[in-house]
Amino acid sequence: MKDQADSYVTDDGRTIGPVVMEMKNITLRFGGVEAIKDISFDIREGEIRAIIGPNGAGKSSMLNVISGFYVPQEGEVWYKGAKRPPMKPFQVAQQGIARTFQNIALFEGMSVLDNVMTGRLTHMESGLLGQSIWKGKAEAEEIANREVAEKIIDFLEIQAIRKTPVARLPYGLKKRVELARALAAEPTILLLDEPMAGMNVEEKEDMSRFVLDVNDEFGTTIALIEHDMGVVMDLSDRVVVMDYGRKIGDGTPDEVRNNQEVIDAYLGVAHD
Amino acid sequence: MRPDLPKKAGTGGKTLAQSSPAGGPQSVPALLHRNAQKFANAPAYREKEYGIWQSWTWSQTRDEVEALALGLLEMGVNEGDFIAIIGRNRPYLYWAMVSAQMVGAVPVPLYQDANAEEMAYVMNHCGARFAVVGDQEQVDKIIEVQAGLPDFEQMIYLDPRGLRKYDHSALTQYENVQELGRQHREKHEAALKARQDKLDYDSTGVMLYTSGTTGKPKGVVLSNRNVIETAKSSSEFDGLRQTDDILAYLPMAWVGDFIFSVGQAMWTGFCTNCPESADTMHVDLREIGPTYYFAPPRVFETQLTNVMIRMEDASRFKKWLFDHFMAHARKVGPALLDGKTVSFGDRLKYKLGELFVYGPLKNTLGFSRVRVGYTAGEAIGPEIFDFYRSLGINLKQLYGQTEATVFITAQPDGEVRSDTVGVTCPGVELKIADNGEVFYRSPGVFVEYYKNPESTADTKDAEGWVATGDAGFIEEDTGHLRIIDRAKDVGQMADGSLFAPKYVENKLKFFPNILEAVVFGNKREECTAFINIDLTAVGNWAERNNIGYASYQELARHPQVMDTIQSHVEEVNASVAGDEMLSGCQIHRFVVLHKELDADDGELTRTRKVRRRIIEEKYDDIIAALYGDDKTVSTETEVTYEDGRKGSIKATLEVRDAKVFPVTKRMAAE
Repeated sequence: MKDQADSYVTDDGRTIGPVVMEMKNITLRFGGVEAIKDISFDIREGEIRAIIGPNGAGKSSMLNVISGFYVPQEGEVWYKGAKRPPMKPFQVAQQGIARTFQNIALFEGMSVLDNVMTGRLTHMESGLLGQSIWKGKAEAEEIANREVAEKIIDFLEIQAIRKTPVARLPYGLKKRVELARALAAEPTILLLDEPMAGMNVEEKEDMSRFVLDVNDEFGTTIALIEHDMGVVMDLSDRVVVMDYGRKIGDGTPDEVRNNQEVIDAYLGVAHD
Repeated sequence: MRPDLPKKAGTGGKTLAQSSPAGGPQSVPALLHRNAQKFANAPAYREKEYGIWQSWTWSQTRDEVEALALGLLEMGVNEGDFIAIIGRNRPYLYWAMVSAQMVGAVPVPLYQDANAEEMAYVMNHCGARFAVVGDQEQVDKIIEVQAGLPDFEQMIYLDPRGLRKYDHSALTQYENVQELGRQHREKHEAALKARQDKLDYDSTGVMLYTSGTTGKPKGVVLSNRNVIETAKSSSEFDGLRQTDDILAYLPMAWVGDFIFSVGQAMWTGFCTNCPESADTMHVDLREIGPTYYFAPPRVFETQLTNVMIRMEDASRFKKWLFDHFMAHARKVGPALLDGKTVSFGDRLKYKLGELFVYGPLKNTLGFSRVRVGYTAGEAIGPEIFDFYRSLGINLKQLYGQTEATVFITAQPDGEVRSDTVGVTCPGVELKIADNGEVFYRSPGVFVEYYKNPESTADTKDAEGWVATGDAGFIEEDTGHLRIIDRAKDVGQMADGSLFAPKYVENKLKFFPNILEAVVFGNKREECTAFINIDLTAVGNWAERNNIGYASYQELARHPQVMDTIQSHVEEVNASVAGDEMLSGCQIHRFVVLHKELDADDGELTRTRKVRRRIIEEKYDDIIAALYGDDKTVSTETEVTYEDGRKGSIKATLEVRDAKVFPVTKRMAAE
């Protein structure tokens, strides 16, 4: 295992930085159900980290712990070298962690552009009054934020639907708009909850390209949950495998692919 | 082989404009310098990016172009080198063409949707040493074929996205080349000036590859004379001026785009606007409101179909308003546009219609400001043509080809009809050969096909007459040219009567439900046809009638769709029967194809012209069935998906018989 503070270069020439986030012995319970049992893993700067596992393995719960939506009963979350106290999701967002949702959570009645602009919220300083009369600082701020939003719209190639209300868009484009909104926050870590669920092959290829481009172009660290093994193995640098709330594998795609426990979990063997 | 030509010349005298205008700019770069002086602060290029129209004035354009040209010198571009230009319409790529000309190189724009092998052929043929490309997609294609391009050295790209990890030893970003040029300005300034001074009317301005309905693409060499003379005379013909706006959205490799966005733009100094992306073209069109607009019939057709579909969904009052005023517009609109006399009452009503329907509709379509609009490339349906003209849009037709630097004939204002392609453009002479083939001679006639003297000799004779490959005739009373078909496609039926497939295909394609048609019958007893349905129009119909379908294939073989197509075919037969000369071309049997004809499968050219021979070979089993007795035919076809993978479609097609009509004794010119 590489040292936590070290950087290294991958086979395809990308530089993976030191550990930026570390989960230490996380346990999350809902009543008597243990959704996550004593899991530890880390995320390195600039890498694409996948969390995989069969249904009900606790993947989304893990993502929700990272994004501050759930507070684990046991264990610690370390972010940028410091232990993170229990936080509200908006505080986590302000720290530079943005996410997309498994079931798209956009503002359906608003245009694509407005949705992307909401992603800029954490970067706005002017108050309600200032924004209402739209003078001075608020105006300059909106122009700057719009520029960021437009660059992301250009990046994700959704110029043609800029002014279209989200409700009118097909599913695959909504997913892309959600990615745009998360990117607008200029996050340090981007959490993607099943970004390709329900997509056809072509849409998956497009989305995979965007995920790689985001990582490449903005250097964003990405943690993603995905069911499509082909996608996971192609995209990710390292993979955490979960099953029934436990971590059963962790390593490069090749390591994970040859892990007997992982094979059992996916192909199904009788549990004791 | 070329047919023997009659000695009689068509119109005009013998002398061609071999001289150049005294003291006038003799090259495209020279025109740019003139514009940078004359129209310094007027907008030259605009592009929508990041949601805002970015613009460059003529003097800024000159600075950008010069910086790139100096950068090219620093990179070692020699005089006579070929520089491939590949990408969507962007100011930077237009500038790259002018920069290439400045350093004495020849720009070769390529179709951006061409696949890697097609690109490799062209780049190998001209031996391009450099390429200026738009984005990663194009870079990838060239890298794929680079090993087979011995002359190729350096690629310059615009959009760095996704290219960070690439090996940059033969890859430079556009703005870095410009930066390089600015840094080494002093070193190369004199050389740049010297190379520009060498450019004259006879030096090569651009090389454009023809799309090639048959065989490999041919490189058409156009001189500065071709470009400037054509730009000049066509601009004068339509009174184009410096304040005009055009939208550049057609492929850069197509001669029309080069002449409009570079030739005429440089000559008159009007502004070329580039859309944000291919998908936003219609929104951008609306925002810019071009005053001079060009589109192939397909674009007008699609827009009309969309209008009609949306009107179906409009409220009853709005629908009534639309129907009522459109009926009036059809009656008096074209006459008003032609400046004919129309009664006061009708004028008033048209004004009212303008207020309620025509004005808002034109605004939605982006045609509010169109002063001159052209369509060409294919025949346009009379209903479609009349629809736009009745709205007060000055839509006209022209006839041209790459070898003529576009313009052969065009319709002057006030003499517009949907069935002719107009009168000869200034400086053009026409003549018709015995077999009906149209020949022309003009200052726009190309220099040669690059590295292909045989084809050059086959097409252009010593006196400068060029064979168009189209069969047509000149109307005696009006002097307008009418095109029947490609000369090589015109054939004979077994009984000796004339076979003109395109003529029938066009009639079929005028139906909104039919996207493409291919008619067979050369040297046969009777004619048959392949038909492609238009998925937008038929799909919309299916939706309204609660007919479910999962794919193009399923919709195409639906019995009701077959019935509709059959009725269209029979209507066409009735109309063809009205023309004694061509009445043999009635369609006896047809199939609706299970897949759309596609350029990726080699069935169409990149400009969407049907490649007859390839289709004939590929679907020989279906053709055999059309000339057999079976009611169905099973077939399997290979298809290429957009990402380049191959697959195959199996289908059983129904062969339908269509009613044919006896010849009605009427000598129609049609």
